[in-house]
Amino acid sequence: MEILVCVKRVPDTSENEIEINSDGNDIERDDLVYSVNEWDNYAVEEAIQIVDKVGGSVTVVTVGDDESEEVLRREMAMGANNGLLLTDDAFEGSDGKGIATILKAAVEKGKYDLIMTGAQADEGAAQVGGMLAAMLDYPYASLVNMIEPAEGKMKVGREIEGGNQEINEIELPCVLSIQTGINEPRYVGIRGIRKVASVEIPELSASDLGLDAGAVGEGAAKVKRVDYFVPDMGDGAEMLEGSTEEIIAKLIDYLKAKGGLK
Amino acid sequence: MADVFAYIKHADGVADDSALELFVAAKKIAPDAPVTAVVTGTGADLDKICGEMAGVYNAVWKIDNAALAYPNAEVVRKALVNILPADSIVLLPHDTFGMDLGPGLSIKMDSAFVADIVGFDGMDGATLKVVRQEFSGQVSTHVSCDTATGAVLNIRPGIFQYDDSKAGGDVTDKSGDAGDLSAKRTFVEVVAAEAGDVDITKSEVLVSVGRGIEDEDNLEIAFDLAEAMGADVACSRPIVDAKWLEKSRQVGTSGQTVKPKVYLAMGISGSFQHLGGIKGNPFIVAVNKNAKAPIFQVADVGIEADILEFIPELTEAIENL
Ligand SMILES: Cc1cc2nc3c(=O)[nH]c(=O)nc-3n(C[C@H](O)[C@H](O)[C@H](O)COP(=O)(O)OP(=O)(O)OC[C@H]3O[C@@H](n4cnc5c(N)ncnc54)[C@H](O)[C@@H]3O)c2cc1C
Ligand SMILES: Cc1cc2nc3c(=O)[nH]c(=O)nc-3n(C[C@H](O)[C@H](O)[C@H](O)COP(=O)(O)OP(=O)(O)OC[C@H]3O[C@@H](n4cnc5c(N)ncnc54)[C@H](O)[C@@H]3O)c2cc1C
Repeated sequence: MEILVCVKRVPDTSENEIEINSDGNDIERDDLVYSVNEWDNYAVEEAIQIVDKVGGSVTVVTVGDDESEEVLRREMAMGANNGLLLTDDAFEGSDGKGIATILKAAVEKGKYDLIMTGAQADEGAAQVGGMLAAMLDYPYASLVNMIEPAEGKMKVGREIEGGNQEINEIELPCVLSIQTGINEPRYVGIRGIRKVASVEIPELSASDLGLDAGAVGEGAAKVKRVDYFVPDMGDGAEMLEGSTEEIIAKLIDYLKAKGGLK
Repeated sequence: MADVFAYIKHADGVADDSALELFVAAKKIAPDAPVTAVVTGTGADLDKICGEMAGVYNAVWKIDNAALAYPNAEVVRKALVNILPADSIVLLPHDTFGMDLGPGLSIKMDSAFVADIVGFDGMDGATLKVVRQEFSGQVSTHVSCDTATGAVLNIRPGIFQYDDSKAGGDVTDKSGDAGDLSAKRTFVEVVAAEAGDVDITKSEVLVSVGRGIEDEDNLEIAFDLAEAMGADVACSRPIVDAKWLEKSRQVGTSGQTVKPKVYLAMGISGSFQHLGGIKGNPFIVAVNKNAKAPIFQVADVGIEADILEFIPELTEAIENL
């Protein structure tokens, strides 16, 4: 099975506190540590496991800049066979539809049976996979937490509310967005990264992809971020202050009053 | 202004909470614009839901078809594309169904898509300004959306609480316009979640741990605290994804809905999917090392601390009472 996995480079929220910059038009990006979107690691792991079972190859693709190459290398260190970097100044300011348009062009340059995305990325949009599928006229299933690989038609499980699982049959080629927990993504060490450090990763521009620059990027975006702000927190929590002993004493009083201690 | 539609989610003859929340949300876009509920399904359940919605929405469009008995997003999408005017503004809940349907629907209707909307900030011509959150609620953004050729708007569940407002209207049967509903994805069945060894939905006091617990071995301190308090241990999703605790202990939209008296959120950031599983307005205590963690917006009492140090000290103090 030929599998394409879309991956996004995102700020690692476990490593960073997210702050708004002084102009209020972006987050402070200077000191951010970046990594692969959490969901995408599950997608790549699943793709590798499928190929281990039924054969084929895994290609990882990202729309980004030079620095995005590192996330492709990381996923290749996990075991993806090929990387593909889609990069062009014309891509800047794309909305979700713009990103999906660029990815569609890359899909059409290859021959893939299965395309995977993460269920969502750092902005919680959960949009690119479903858009890409509709553009390609492929069937789509989101929040997939189980795949039984097969030719022609596959059984997939979708995670729905309450932890229940919705089983579907889906024709290939298709697009699946992968939910966390579907597998346990393998650990990638420094050695693994070193092994793929010198592998050539092809770069494709808008013209390589046959994309009209007007169809992507800021100009084409119907959805635009205007500014960032910190919302009015309302009353928020009463923050307990003082020494640890004082805080614990206050907390225990509250717990007693609210029925939290038996 | 374009026509506004809300997709009504329902199952087993019961409308989802989002069904009426979308009415409230739609009125925030334009208070005077009529809003039409679109209800798909089949049989008596469908008629019941249509009747309920007609008491609230300005109009109801009913699409009755056996292929819609279970809401398969691909089939629903086809029906909507065939029935809705091309420049419609369509509201969906941002849940597992809306995520499945919304992005693709926006492509097929050639309209803009905005996910997980938590607020509206006015319409200027065809430009709608909405509020979103990024990085699990650490920052908010204003986003402008050009609705000139229509828009699909996924609305975060639980934000636009139903306020008993109503317009009222008639049910129109649009089933004949649904068109070809064949699909390349077919629904097979729903497999219910497995029950675990504890039933946290019955617990009065929960010690709930999130990614802040950092390591599987550290779970012990949470169990020790729970034992001292007479509480049960629950958790956020990453703890279950890592297989450190069983799924039945997960609180949230894709886990359990709990109704405790007291909820201790330990190293949990406070994502809406997690908070969506906490009902009954419990007394929430949040302990987090990041003073800006969104959980502090919803907690009653907050403590800025490292849980790995704080939890053992709290346990000891309770044991010494
Ligand atoms: C500086 C800056 C400015 C921006 N300005 C705008 C703007 O004006 N308007 C706007 O709408 N958005 C803007 N964005 C957001 C950006 O366009 C998003 O990356 C895009 O909307 C898709 O990402 P998502 O997080 O919405 O993806 P989601 O749909 O949440 O992600 C789901 C999956 O899609 C795939 N995916 C997502 N992005 C990529 C990618 N780049 N390459 C490969 N696969 C991917 C991954 O598999 C991911 O797991 C801006 C971003 C930045 C950093
Ligand atoms: C469709 C869908 C359904 C979902 N369903 C659920 C669900 O049912 N339940 C659920 O929980 N999530 C669910 N999620 C995931 C959700 O979006 C969040 O990713 C998740 O809730 C985050 O868990 P967390 O708060 O433990 O981790 P994080 O967001 O990583 O937060 C960890 C927090 O711990 C703090 N911290 C770190 N170390 C320490 C320390 N030593 N001491 C004190 N504080 C510390 C950090 O400051 C941070 O605030 C779902 C997501 C999707 C897309």
